[in-house]
Parts: sequence; C-alpha cells; structure tokens
Amino acid sequence: MPVKIIKKHSLATIWMHWINFPTLTIMIWSGMLIYWANDVYEVKLFGYSIVKFFPEWFYKFFHISHRLSEGMAFHFTFMWLFFANGLFYVLYTIFSGEWKYLIPEKAAIKESWQVVLHDMGLRKHAPAFIKYNAAQRIAYSMIVIMGFGSIITGLAIYKPVQFDWITFICGGYEAARLEHFILTVGYVLFFIIHIMQVIRAGWNNFQAMVAGFEVIKENNSTKN
Amino acid sequence: MQEIVIDNAAAKKYKRKVFIAFIIFIILIASAVTAWRWLYYHQKDGGLFGGVQTPLRQVLNTNERLFSFTFNPDKKVKEYPKEYAVRHVKVNGDAGMSTDFFDPAKWKLQVVKSNGDTLLVTLDEIKKLPKTDVVFNFKCIEGWSQITWWSGVRFVDFAEHYGLDKEAQMKYVGMKTPDEEYFVGIDMPSVMQPQTILCYEMNGKTLPMDQGYPLRLIIPVKYGVKHIKRIGTIFFDNNKPPDYWALRGYDYYTGH
Repeated sequence: MPVKIIKKHSLATIWMHWINFPTLTIMIWSGMLIYWANDVYEVKLFGYSIVKFFPEWFYKFFHISHRLSEGMAFHFTFMWLFFANGLFYVLYTIFSGEWKYLIPEKAAIKESWQVVLHDMGLRKHAPAFIKYNAAQRIAYSMIVIMGFGSIITGLAIYKPVQFDWITFICGGYEAARLEHFILTVGYVLFFIIHIMQVIRAGWNNFQAMVAGFEVIKENNSTKN
Repeated sequence: MQEIVIDNAAAKKYKRKVFIAFIIFIILIASAVTAWRWLYYHQKDGGLFGGVQTPLRQVLNTNERLFSFTFNPDKKVKEYPKEYAVRHVKVNGDAGMSTDFFDPAKWKLQVVKSNGDTLLVTLDEIKKLPKTDVVFNFKCIEGWSQITWWSGVRFVDFAEHYGLDKEAQMKYVGMKTPDEEYFVGIDMPSVMQPQTILCYEMNGKTLPMDQGYPLRLIIPVKYGVKHIKRIGTIFFDNNKPPDYWALRGYDYYTGH
C-alpha cells in the first residue's frame, strides 16, 4: 500500500507561525490591561448597548483590572517580537515565492463563498485548490494586512507627535486607538474560526504545521 | 507544495520524522513556558524604577534611547483654536494636591541652580515674562484625551530670563510639589521644546486649586503624568531624577 507524502509548509513558515501565536496572545492580553484604563467602546443599536467592551465579569475572569503599567511594559516589549516576526514573514513570503499560494485569485470571492457553503454542509464539493483554498487565501492575506494595520495604528498612538503623519493617516489620535482595538477584535474572531477549521481539517493538516508534511495512505492505490 | 509517492518501508522513515518533529515541538513549548515564567515572576526593579520586572524595564529604557533619536525639537504638537478647548477639564490624580499645609500666599518657586544656589521666584515675577497660549490635545496615559487651553511662560523663555544656561546643558529636569508628594523627571530636550510652559492659567482664568494653583507644568510632548501640578521645586541633573509613576512601574520617558 503506497503512501503519499505532501510537503506543505517550510521550516521557516512553521517557526514564524508558532512564534506569532504566543506573541499575538501576549499582545492581546497586555492590550486589554491597557484598554481597561479607559474602556469606552461599545456596540450600540437604536440607543441600546448590545456589546460592552468589556463587562465586569470579563475583567474579573481574566484578572484585568488595575494593571495598566504592567500591560504597557509587556506591550512595549513584545511589540518588537511581533513586528520582527511579521517583517520576516512578509520578506520570506515575497522572496520564497510563497506569495503565489497566498494572494487571492480572480475568482476568490465566488470560490470562497463556495468554500463557506461547503464547510457549513450546504454544498457537496469544495472548489479545487493548491495548498490554500480561496477562503484561506483571503483570510491569510487579510491577517498580514491586519498585522501591518496594527503596527501603523499602534505607532500612531505610541508617538502621535513625532510620527504625526501616521496619526493623520489614521484619522487622528482617538480614531487610531479605536482602529487598533477593532483590529484586535478581528484577530480574536480570526482565531476562533481558525481553531474551528483546524479541528475540522483533522490531524494531517495539524501535523503539517509541525512536521511540514502530510502523510496520506492511499487505499485505491491501483488507480494511481 | 510537492507530492511524492513512497512505499511502506520509506513511510517508516517519515513516521520517524513526524515523531522527532513533535518531540522538538513539545520541547520548544516547554521552553517557551519556562521563559514566560522566568519573565513574569522575575524580580521587580527596586529604587528609582520600581514596580516592573527588570528585563521589561530594560526594554522600556532601550525604547527610550531608540525613540529619543526620533525626537525632533522643531516638531510642534498640533494646536487648535481656543474655541475647541473643553470647558470641563478632567481632574485626574491628587498626589501632592493636599491643601492642608499649603499656603498660597507664601508660595515661591524654588529653582535649584547647578552651583547649589536656590532662586526664589514669585508668581507675579513669572507673570511678567512673555505669555504663551497652548491649545492642544492633552493625552492621558490611561487612554483618554481632551483638547485643553493653557497659558504661561515657555520654559525655554524662563530659563533664558533667569540665566539657566549651565543648567540647560544637563540631561534631565526634576520637579516636585511643595509637599514632595508628587515628582517628575523629564529629559531636557522635551522640557526645552517650545510648547512646554510653566502654566498659571487654564481657559483664560487663574489655574484652579485642583489643577495645580499657582503653577503647573504643561508639556505637550508627554503624557499627562509628566504635567506636574503645583510645582514647588525645579532642579537639574545628569542622572534621571526620581519619578512618581516610574516608581510605580510606568515607563520613565512616556514621550510622544
């Protein structure tokens, strides 16, 4: 019974992926310690507060209250790791040619919709793809742009005078803070969907993010 | 992406590869957890820069050195027309603001010169110096900001008038309240930035008691924590003077 080996991720991709995961987690956690000191954001509909960032039980559960200085210290330390790792990833993706698998193609929107329907069990066949499907291409390209956005909006809040042109691009100091926050909410949503998809995709897919390749045992080997 | 078809014997080799990869993966996770615990439970810095794990303090101080290079003294903080200024200016923090032992009639600003002499300056003398208005977005380290209007004498004008040339060559300025309950240390370039003022008016009126009557610092290139209220003493140093919030784990520089 022959076995098929599919080489999926390079060592560089694996390293950068697993460095980014805890780094981003620390950035989000320390960011929440900072946000607590002026927690003014909420989603309102017809004058009613739908979601408040964040309710008291949330602060209690994650021990967030009264830790602003700690949050800032961790945030302004791990920002370097987040930035460096992101920069290396972008450079690597460009120079290795990996970007070809990552940039969404022309039919991306239509196809990614088909992927979503398939994932929800509403469509029998998912569209064919190489390495990343259309939905993944959009999601993984988006997350890189979001990372860039976090650095830009972060700088706009961090040094609004020396980098005032960045603050200006972001629409001002307070706008930059809100954008920085919304991007973070985006990461959390990405994370939730990502985890669900990884569980769905199964062991082989996860193994590829650790060992670099998938191992597929072929039952109908005679046809190959 | 590359596909290869192999036989069962070669598959064993790949099984081994997967096994090794996961062993390394687990070892790296364990190392990351250990590194995190080392940092999180690290001894906190004592003395001048308390309240934060020493490795984090080192990074904060490195950030300070790095971003000091990007500090451009000619770069002005954006100013607004006076009508933009809010009427109800937020009062935040009361350290050093107790009026129990404070006698406004007796207040004089003490300026400790580098030769050890102390200059005593009255509010009237300060008011005689050229007056400058600053209307800017006051940013608190907590994350909120307000457009506020302040007036006073530019620190650079004050230093020139009192012949503080030698002092201006030093690296830091220290300031403290008369009761020494609140104190800040600020790098000289930020203090000499032309929008930094020794302020005695807010919204065109005498500074209220809770905003630091008779004289406070307004330094738009810094977070609010450096805008010390009710200045009692000003001194100069080549080493970092103690700073109230830096002692409590905050970044010393807190510059924009």
